[in-house]
Amino acid sequence: MSTFVQQRRAWLGFALAAVLLFAVAPAVLSEFRLNLLGKFICYAIVAVGIGLAWGRGGMLTLGQGVFFGLGAYIMAMHLKISDADLRGDAVPDFMSIAGIRELPSYWVPFASPLVTILGILFIPALVALVLGLGVFKRRVKGAYFAILSQALAAAFAILLVGQQTTGGSNGLNRFRTFFGFDLKDPANKQMLFFIAAGVLLAVVAITRQLMYSRYGELLVAVRDQEERVRFLGYDPANVKIVAYVSAAFFAGLAGALFVPIVGIVSPNDVGIVPSIAFLIGVAIGGRSTLLGPVLGALGVAWAQTTLSEQFPSGWTYAQGLMFIVVVGFFPAGVAGLFALRSRKKAADEPGAVIDVEEKELVT
Amino acid sequence: MDVVVGQLFTGLSIGSILLLAALGLSLTFGQMGVINMAHGEFIMAGSYTAYVVQQLFSTGGASLFISLIVGFFVGGAMGALLEVTLIRRMYHRPLDTLLVTFGVGLILQQCARDIFGAPAVNVVSPGWLSGGIDILGAVVPKTRIFILILAVICVLALSFALAKTPMGRRIRAVVQNRDLAETSGISSRRTDISTFFIGSGLAGVAGVALTLIGSTSSTVGQSYLIDAFLVVVVGGLGQIKGAVIAAFALGILNSFIEYSTTASIAKVIVFVLIVFFLQARPQGLFAVKTRSLV
Repeated sequence: MSTFVQQRRAWLGFALAAVLLFAVAPAVLSEFRLNLLGKFICYAIVAVGIGLAWGRGGMLTLGQGVFFGLGAYIMAMHLKISDADLRGDAVPDFMSIAGIRELPSYWVPFASPLVTILGILFIPALVALVLGLGVFKRRVKGAYFAILSQALAAAFAILLVGQQTTGGSNGLNRFRTFFGFDLKDPANKQMLFFIAAGVLLAVVAITRQLMYSRYGELLVAVRDQEERVRFLGYDPANVKIVAYVSAAFFAGLAGALFVPIVGIVSPNDVGIVPSIAFLIGVAIGGRSTLLGPVLGALGVAWAQTTLSEQFPSGWTYAQGLMFIVVVGFFPAGVAGLFALRSRKKAADEPGAVIDVEEKELVT
Repeated sequence: MDVVVGQLFTGLSIGSILLLAALGLSLTFGQMGVINMAHGEFIMAGSYTAYVVQQLFSTGGASLFISLIVGFFVGGAMGALLEVTLIRRMYHRPLDTLLVTFGVGLILQQCARDIFGAPAVNVVSPGWLSGGIDILGAVVPKTRIFILILAVICVLALSFALAKTPMGRRIRAVVQNRDLAETSGISSRRTDISTFFIGSGLAGVAGVALTLIGSTSSTVGQSYLIDAFLVVVVGGLGQIKGAVIAAFALGILNSFIEYSTTASIAKVIVFVLIVFFLQARPQGLFAVKTRSLV
């Protein structure tokens, strides 16, 4: 397939997705369902980043909840402060109940909308950068990295629960406005959905550019043969850090959008279990493809909502089974099944994940 | 002075619990390279074993010793079953074992919730463990001393088993060079299963010990698992000696930081310190020296 056809295909797919998200979805879905889809889109944005870091880069990041949570809590702090401003209070409602009279110092900067947006854009990425430098430069990898990223998620959730000024285990909730717009107004809710959809499209576009650039090739090379890449004169640590920081950046954005759409963020949304749960959609869709993680995350989130309504405890079993079956027996996910059908490629190649997009490119 | 002694002993006590939870992991993760996230649920199984045993033999202190033995076999059997059904298929994919066993863990947790109910249950510790002992002005609960002794016994037993028994020799041989071990007539399949049995059995013992200091719920294992993994990482893979030092160092560090700040801040500080520590020694305290590039 020539690059021209490939480019045209990508544009067609992109336009189709845009039409679906911006025209079809608002027309056919009720206000409630559209809001729900907005929430799923937030998970899909996280999934794109995980696909990049884990599927392409081989970094099993079990701590995306941290970056998601940083984005979410920064946004939530800003929303709480503006709500308090509207009422004329110095501190958010939950703090005055707890008897706190003055805004804690780390809350103060986020009174400003500009600082809030900059914080959402840069703080998760910065945390990822610091951790990435600390870990990858010292060639800590594989299981060590997975466990460290998970420990980070645990420490973060424990920190949030322990602090009274972050709402403890209740988290932050009951937001009334979003940068001055009333969150109860259906028109504003729809706008939020459009923003989330737009961010998803942008994130997918950025990731596509990354994947099909020289950098993308390098990232896959680092995943498969890190030592060879080092011998060629590249620093694999830098390659990994770019993917890891991008994934954190995406997760932070998703968290910030999650807050006004869902209306609550608590340690339950960012701890170990949700951090690992982010992975299941990515694994099911196909971790090393571009769209697999998006579709997988949307599908899993939808299944969770419908299934857990009917069988509250059944969902946990389903989730556990999915991890076992998909990761254990179909490591390339649904995308891998398609690849198997179109091409006889052994799935049990040691340590390798079938790279659907790449394989299609060759022909 | 008594504050220092008190914190020191709290640290030793936290350390001994970490060590019990991590000892099994130093076998399955450290030696075999399998990241078993269900290890926490094996700990939970041990705790519920203690609960069930107590329901059956409600009389007195003997139930603790019965529980320790039964707990070892319950944990071990679960581990061996997991090895035979899933893990044996994925020795060359360590990161995927992490996710698969996480799925197993989710299912086991939900099973426990469905069988024993969501509220936590309590195991009554035997009468001879009630009260405390005065050590240099600090009162130390007897249960904690018992756990410390139990941890020491487990370490000694495991070290002895690995160093002196034929099975220990087989385990070490398979870990060091699977092919060569096969050539010398060792069944690596059977050795893998027994390694897993012992490692998971130790998780069961840890679970029984945990019932002495807290109540048992379906998430009891999860809260210790991450710390246990960190112990193995800091100690260096496959090193019992490393795990022992790391567990007590982390426990004492934790108790002293916790004393001057709060429990949640202490967790974060300890995590940051571990990342710093890995800067200096990426392979942990005691590295297995190899000629490999990584």
